[in-house]
Amino acid sequence: MSATPAAALPAPRDPALWRRLGLAIALAIALWPALEIAEFNPATLLDPKNVETMGRFLRTFFPMVLTADFLGLVGQSALETLALATAGTALAIAIAFPLAMVVSESLSIARVGPARRAWLGPVLRAPVRVALILMRSIPEIVWALLFVRAVGLGPAAGVLAIAINYAGMLGKVYFEIFEAGDTRPARAILESGGGRVNAFLYGILPVAVPELVSYSVYRWECAIRASVVMGFVGAGGLGQQMELSMRMLAGGEVSTMLVAFLVLILLADTVSAALRRLLV
Amino acid sequence: MNRGAFVWTPWAVIGGFLVAAAASFAYLGVDFIALLSGESVRQMAAFAAGFYPPDTTPEFLARATRGAAETLAISAVGTLLAALMGAVLALPAAGRWGAALKPLARFALNLLRAIPELVWAAFMVLAAGLGPFAGSLALALHTGGVLGRLFAETLENSPREPTQALRDAGSGATVAFLYGTLPVVLPQFVSYALYRWEYNIRMAAVLGFVGAGGLGQMLYVSLSVFNTHEASTLILAMIAIVAVVDVLSAWLRRFLGRSGA
Repeated sequence: MSATPAAALPAPRDPALWRRLGLAIALAIALWPALEIAEFNPATLLDPKNVETMGRFLRTFFPMVLTADFLGLVGQSALETLALATAGTALAIAIAFPLAMVVSESLSIARVGPARRAWLGPVLRAPVRVALILMRSIPEIVWALLFVRAVGLGPAAGVLAIAINYAGMLGKVYFEIFEAGDTRPARAILESGGGRVNAFLYGILPVAVPELVSYSVYRWECAIRASVVMGFVGAGGLGQQMELSMRMLAGGEVSTMLVAFLVLILLADTVSAALRRLLV
Repeated sequence: MNRGAFVWTPWAVIGGFLVAAAASFAYLGVDFIALLSGESVRQMAAFAAGFYPPDTTPEFLARATRGAAETLAISAVGTLLAALMGAVLALPAAGRWGAALKPLARFALNLLRAIPELVWAAFMVLAAGLGPFAGSLALALHTGGVLGRLFAETLENSPREPTQALRDAGSGATVAFLYGTLPVVLPQFVSYALYRWEYNIRMAAVLGFVGAGGLGQMLYVSLSVFNTHEASTLILAMIAIVAVVDVLSAWLRRFLGRSGA
């Protein structure tokens, strides 16, 4: 407890002033090249040409375009987004599930004891692991761009992009769920001579199912968000329409679609949260 | 729940999802069987084979390095701007500037956050022209919304006593904030900002698809002119950046966790 009155102290100064100032200056110097490389220049925002473009675009934002024709188109695109996210997630699950089973060691018969073809497991597991890593470390929108080049514009590219990218993520998470649960039942089945498929169906799946489903539902929600964005490179759905409208600087259409997009996301959020609450 | 009782909810969700998936495939009307068989697969395989080998000429590697540096710079500048904006918006959103501003600031944060980076980037390309600056702005706007909300929560949960003590001792509101609240919340602010920076590096790599600079813009251009060798170098560069950032951040987290404990 200090009884010194403030007036008796020397002029109040921050004791750490110099250290803080030094740190700030060092950070500023370290960041300088980044500003340079990122062409940081707020003045471009005031460039008459840009102001004119953006101003024209923003002025058309309101009123929103609400003609029956256009709303029909937006509804159709929203439905397409929903469908391509769902189809993509379904394919992703179909790809990820067997891959996760291959990678999972708790289903390894060779680990229990001598087995026929014991060399096969490790030989199979390594490339599958690498494939899963590759699938998930290339972002979904890059996959989308690649598939647009490979199969053409439209929702098929979006479905395949989600299928590949999300299979990589789901495969890893499924594998972790298989391993994190109680693996003793599976082991007991293997040790008493049961096959791998039976060990999986009766030993692992019953325990893992709620978590598997819950995580897959969450991924479905992410897929909807992602598929809106993927449309910007031509992979179908709401994003593709939004990109077209933006190219024509049709602000009213863009604002309608932004609202549709927000509603769609909110809907997916709500459904996914409700389902996951049911599951746990 | 009874031990051993059958849990039906997950199976109901699975059933519902199967129906939805079947409906989706039907609605899309894409013949995936045809797409994944015969001639179409041969074409895809030829397309994929065209990516090998990656372009490793010194000139292109120099350009790719420059693109990678641009991506890193976009993410750093964008996250920094976002942190500044988030901090400024967090004060009203935490109710520090009166009850009237609170819902307004919250609404602004929600809106910033709800619009994805790529959509912001498409807008910013109109506002600032093609190039990395548009990418930084796009990241700043979306991330500003995310960080603002996180910062506001931190502020609301921070203890009031130090600030109150300074106020009671007669200091002004600003000084009380700077010396009473800021030191308490700053470490949390910094850790949130670093976490978002890590995420933004991945994002900055692809924002270029709408013209916002970095590796993404180069990749988009390469694929547009079907230069697949260049494209594969750029994709490898993207994977490398993400892998390096992953390792660094895991290492940093372990290091910080140890020194913090």
